[in-house]
Amino acid sequence: MSTRARHEQTQSSTRPKLAVVKFASCDGCQLSLLDCEDDLLAVAGVVDIAYFLEATSRIVPGPYDVALVEGSITTAHDAQRIQDIRQQSKFLITIGACATAGGIQSLKNWADHEEFMRVVYAHPEFISTLATSTPIADHVEVDFELRGCPINRHQLVEVIAALVAGRKPRTRTHSVCLDCKRRGTVCVEVAQGIPCLGPITQTGCGAICPAYDRGCYGCFGPAAQPNCNSLTDHYESTGSTREQLVPLLRNFNAAAPEFQAASDRLEVNSGTEAQS
Amino acid sequence: MTAATESTPSTHSFLLRDGLQSLIDELSGDGFTVIGPTIDQGAIIFAEIESVDDLPRGWTDQQQPGEYRLERRDDDAYFGYVVGPHSWKRYLFPPLTTVATADRTDNGWDLKTPDEPAPRYAFLGVRACEIAAIKIQDRVFTGGAYVDPIYQKRREAAFIVAVNCTTAAPTCFCTSMNTGPRCKSGFDIALTEIADGFIVEASSDAGEELLGRLPVTPAADDQLDHGERARQQAVDQIQRTLNTDGIRDLLLDNLEHPQWEDVAKRCLSCTNCTMVCPTCFCSTVSEVSDLTGDHVERQRQWDSCFNIDFSYMNGGIVRSNVRSRFRQWLTHKLASWQDQFESSGCVGCGRCITWCPVGIDLTAEVATIRNVPNRALAATSEQEGTP
Amino acid sequence: MTTTKNVVACQPENPWLAFTARIQQVRPETPGVATYNLVFDAPALADGFCFRPGQFNMLYLPGLGEVAISISGDPADYSTVPHTIREAGSVTQALARLGDGATIGVRGPFGSSWPMDACRGKDVLLVAGGIGLAPLRPAIYELLANRDDFGEFTLLYGARSPDGLLYPDEYEEWRNAGLDVQTTVDRAHVAWAGNVGVVTVLLDRLPLKRPDDTLLLTCGPEIMMWHTIQTALRRELAPESVYVSLERNMNCAIGLCGHCQFGPEFLCKDGPVFRYDRVSSILKVDDL
Repeated sequence: MSTRARHEQTQSSTRPKLAVVKFASCDGCQLSLLDCEDDLLAVAGVVDIAYFLEATSRIVPGPYDVALVEGSITTAHDAQRIQDIRQQSKFLITIGACATAGGIQSLKNWADHEEFMRVVYAHPEFISTLATSTPIADHVEVDFELRGCPINRHQLVEVIAALVAGRKPRTRTHSVCLDCKRRGTVCVEVAQGIPCLGPITQTGCGAICPAYDRGCYGCFGPAAQPNCNSLTDHYESTGSTREQLVPLLRNFNAAAPEFQAASDRLEVNSGTEAQS
Repeated sequence: MTAATESTPSTHSFLLRDGLQSLIDELSGDGFTVIGPTIDQGAIIFAEIESVDDLPRGWTDQQQPGEYRLERRDDDAYFGYVVGPHSWKRYLFPPLTTVATADRTDNGWDLKTPDEPAPRYAFLGVRACEIAAIKIQDRVFTGGAYVDPIYQKRREAAFIVAVNCTTAAPTCFCTSMNTGPRCKSGFDIALTEIADGFIVEASSDAGEELLGRLPVTPAADDQLDHGERARQQAVDQIQRTLNTDGIRDLLLDNLEHPQWEDVAKRCLSCTNCTMVCPTCFCSTVSEVSDLTGDHVERQRQWDSCFNIDFSYMNGGIVRSNVRSRFRQWLTHKLASWQDQFESSGCVGCGRCITWCPVGIDLTAEVATIRNVPNRALAATSEQEGTP
Repeated sequence: MTTTKNVVACQPENPWLAFTARIQQVRPETPGVATYNLVFDAPALADGFCFRPGQFNMLYLPGLGEVAISISGDPADYSTVPHTIREAGSVTQALARLGDGATIGVRGPFGSSWPMDACRGKDVLLVAGGIGLAPLRPAIYELLANRDDFGEFTLLYGARSPDGLLYPDEYEEWRNAGLDVQTTVDRAHVAWAGNVGVVTVLLDRLPLKRPDDTLLLTCGPEIMMWHTIQTALRRELAPESVYVSLERNMNCAIGLCGHCQFGPEFLCKDGPVFRYDRVSSILKVDDL
């Protein structure tokens, strides 16, 4: 079949059936999809949006060709529900920091969640929740992970375009620094002494924060082979405290393994002499 | 301008401080977009400038490994700084360019290369090390069997106003690399800033022609003396050194040196050194298309040998650890570059030292390898009876 | 020999410009491998595309990207340009889905070539592994066309299994024209009556009449080439008589992007074919 013919075929009823499913999350990544504007119309042209409660009440039952999964697993019910989604989906893509790393709510992994419930809720006995927030990949096999808090809509369109074309998505794993340098942003760490996670954070956001004189928050999670220890050691040696650095690492991707190991290392060493 | 139009520097002229604006105006009037130093985001960077007021008058830069700070000078010098995070390669080898396009037709594809005229830049404030870097990239992009038309067009259109350094940073080592601090060739016009103005020399026909339109007077002996002393001050301030004796063989004979492992513990593999380097030329062309796939741009972006997927091949990564990637960068820059382009790839500007977030200093890494080369290590381990 | 064609004439002023070509015929070879015959749209190229044995083209699928593929056809046949391709990544998989008549882009030819002139008067030994026979096939065609110019001519060819041997239909013709074709496989089914084992075993057994005057041209997995070369050197071939074809990530093919560097070499323009003594010191450095 020629590319043209295949292109036309995607316009017909054989378009891949897409489901957008939510777990514990803020819906921001789903909004990124709605935020695609013109691109969303193009997306709607190449895939059949069969299940997307944030956008439409139309529900086409599974199975689905592609499931975009937002959010982390924080309840026993959700732990079961993701199994069902997996069974119904040929290709499962997690979108966003919650789904790929547990999200900001994974901060409870370091805390006493019973106490959280007692403090927050008048009737904690009505709350049924797990002690942890965990990424989808801890529960089912994931075919592709799209990082970010929120995800980048251009990357999302790229992933969908790749699916339709039957190729591997082109999302890269290098640091945010490369993007800062390409756009001409001056390094906020070197020039202003602002602790920045850019050197250990994966590209995808377009390097927004340093362009506004702020350090990177690590929204896209760890870059490939991040050297977190070297960076945090350097920040300590130049005056940052562990009280600053631990929360910096424990953000939207707190439970991403490399960031978690780095913040735990700082915390374990906390109160002792700084390691060289 | 190209080497063909280069001539030996003429007799030196003098341009009053107040006359600097006329240089910018003449260049603008000739249709150039003038790019020069300006203060932004806590640093002296390059941007389009229209007036002397855009220049970093009275400011300088304090640099250390991993640290850069702007500081007030006690005078009003326009060019009293060293080098910042930007380099001119941003304009000659842009971070993002379209090298080719593809449009779907009824019976296939229409493949094209862009044919837009190159922007005409006048670079104001090019340091000697930066001229050396431009010459190195000339060799990379236009000196081989294949010429990059994007670089070539921009380069041919460019006008270079060099400015001799009168101060140096602790990260500078151009004297080790024989690239500066004095601008000797490769410019159209060169300035040396002294208290009340600039010593001006031209080194190309275009430079001579422009100089003829500037409100200059012949430089007096005391002005020339001031210029010489100002330039000597930069030389005297350079403390950092890189011993380049036999450096190619030193590094290529030490590909298994334990220092590569040591630096890998510190290196973030974040690409900053390669991005700020004025000679690093690695890039990747990738496909950018709309969802229909009917119009495709082949976009070239700056890339880096520090990226793990840069050496991806047949489902595997060739340089799969930081040790091998740092080794690739350093040995390429200082050693194998000589095989490829008959010069070092380093000009001693010190950017990679300053802008490394953790302050890794290539001169120190090389010195460590030189002090205890692999052969010495091998001899030690043999004595100890280890294999 | 018939190698002196003006290669540069095939190349545009702007090295980023690809020429369109049509897939004229797809011939399945081995599982996951097929040979794509390309015919250029531009008349000047359609009957005049010239290359040297061992060179490669960048094949381009708009929206998917380029892939470096050795030309596997006869340098003397200007009309079609065959490429033998294994499905590996996005581009080659998409190529496999395209049929006859589909249009792709081509830049090339690029890179160094096998030392055809140096073969004159020598015995010539080719050692190939798997799809590594594809870049050697143009050399076979050219050498067979000039068979009287040199002495012994042997191909030792190994594959994982019998159905992984490329171009089996041609072996008889090659043998008749004066090429001693010997094959071996790593694993065989009961019906296989040939050799089993690594290709270096064939090399160990091969009588070398005059090792000092024998040229070795090898292409295959790096580990196979390494052991082949060590065996050949042990059998007293000179390092400067050994040629290898290497592979690295290729993006621009014109020495400008930095991807394919291997020590001081740019695989795209200094390679892919190297005389062994030029790369011997770096061939076994890990992660280079």
